[in-house]
Amino acid sequence: MSRRWWYWLLVIPFAATLLPPIYAREEPALFGFPFFYWYQIGWIVISAGIVYVVYARTRGDRV
Amino acid sequence: MSSGAIVFLVLVLGVTVLGFAAARWSGGTMNSLEEWALGGRRFGTVVTWFLLGGDLYTAYTFIAVPALAYGAGAIAFFAVPYTTIAYPFAFIVMARFWTLAKQRGYVTTADFVHDRFGSRSLELAVALTGVAATMPYIALQLIGMRSVLLRSGVAPTSESALLFLAIAFVLLAAYTFTSGLRAPAMIAFVKDTLIYITVAAALAIIPAKLGGWSAVFSSAQHALAAAPKPSSIILARPLYFAYSSLAFGSALALFIYPHTITSVLSAKSAAVIRRNCALLPLYSLLLTFIALLGYCALAAGIRVKDANLAIPELFSRFFPSWFAGVAFAAIVIGALVPAAIMAIGAANLFASNILRTFESRMVRPPVETRVARYLALVVLAGAFVLAVFIRPDFSIDFQLLGGAWVLQIFPAVILGMYARRLHPTALLAGWAAGMACGTWMVVASSFKSIFALHAGSGVLAGAAMFYALLVNLAVAAGLSAVLQTRASARFDSICGTEPA
Repeated sequence: MSRRWWYWLLVIPFAATLLPPIYAREEPALFGFPFFYWYQIGWIVISAGIVYVVYARTRGDRV
Repeated sequence: MSSGAIVFLVLVLGVTVLGFAAARWSGGTMNSLEEWALGGRRFGTVVTWFLLGGDLYTAYTFIAVPALAYGAGAIAFFAVPYTTIAYPFAFIVMARFWTLAKQRGYVTTADFVHDRFGSRSLELAVALTGVAATMPYIALQLIGMRSVLLRSGVAPTSESALLFLAIAFVLLAAYTFTSGLRAPAMIAFVKDTLIYITVAAALAIIPAKLGGWSAVFSSAQHALAAAPKPSSIILARPLYFAYSSLAFGSALALFIYPHTITSVLSAKSAAVIRRNCALLPLYSLLLTFIALLGYCALAAGIRVKDANLAIPELFSRFFPSWFAGVAFAAIVIGALVPAAIMAIGAANLFASNILRTFESRMVRPPVETRVARYLALVVLAGAFVLAVFIRPDFSIDFQLLGGAWVLQIFPAVILGMYARRLHPTALLAGWAAGMACGTWMVVASSFKSIFALHAGSGVLAGAAMFYALLVNLAVAAGLSAVLQTRASARFDSICGTEPA
């Protein structure tokens, strides 16, 4: 598999966070946070992880 | 004087000393634009993290985002997807921009545009847009500072706040002039440490005193629903598109602001930028929790007419005086860092692209550096006048327009790196159409970033900046297809044939 394919992972955060119908709801709550909030906070962390994985896998690529 | 005011003054004076001392940091010579404006393109991962963090997440952000949550509820949290997706995007495009800039000696976006398209008018359009978007942004940093000063006890009257602002600004201008980008880079360490401490303390103390997060959310919901313009903590269906188009448009615009480009180009390698795209989201977490402090203010029963005072009021109610001093110093220093970088970014555009045109920067004449340093003073003075002598609403409206404007250079600056068949005249026409359309939409919706687009029988409320970008892209792509594109040889020599 070409290293180029790793870059496609970067599309996931866009799909997950730009569609409010997925997450604009109250339930299920977590630690007192409505779903709307903890879902989006969670995606900050997941996206950073994805960027790190892509960075590690494509290190040394010509940019 | 209260203990808070003393702590505040000591911290603010301390960073001023640091700002001047920064000139000597890592062998700085101030006789080339690369050294003064970009710190010699030498910053590693840690310095860049603090610098970009201090640059992207400004004092105004830390005041305005919770103020929006306090006043309008869920829509304020578009800042979360915005600062989430900005990084995967920057991972690709900013690493590439850094590489091209290093190879060809660019200091600004307009340098690239001139080199890539060979068009003086497109270069000017990009440079003027950048300056116009930056000036009100600096003014807003001052307005953020003023809200804090009035509440902190250091300058309780508007006259003393003005005097304090004037002194702080003269000092800011002086160390920006002497140390260039090294000054905000060094101060950013202090700023961010203070901000992280403040927010950690706020999160440890305030929600617990209000009965926990669950109670905070339900009282915020109650207060928002009972307001004259009711809103909610869960995004309402008619706002879905506005929310995501604001987040998307803002994310695309974030990295083409002159001050962001300045910080990006000061990194020592493209890998530093890429690593930072995985590390900077820590600030997005911070921003989210700061936004939630807006709900804490609602839950604490804080009622202020000017929503920008909600957070300073919350801090002085829940923190002991000396710690409130730390928190207020964090916000004021948080305004000085981006203000310095913005002044440098705007001065670079003025000196390199407006007063003269881009030439081969591999041999950069020293005279340009001297011009840029004086222009930074002019830019700061202009922003001060804007903030102090013209009513604050004007800067806020102007900054909103600036956001819609800056996105209109996206096709030339970002797509220009990837698309071979773009014609400079088409890009200029697209830019003009986008600027006109964005300005009209923002003005027509009486200076709101959301425009209600009437299409047929339906209404789609979306971000004005996003609609304007669509118009811009349609014009630029359509005309590029019609006009004969002769610029592709230029594209090949600069951008190569292999995309990232």
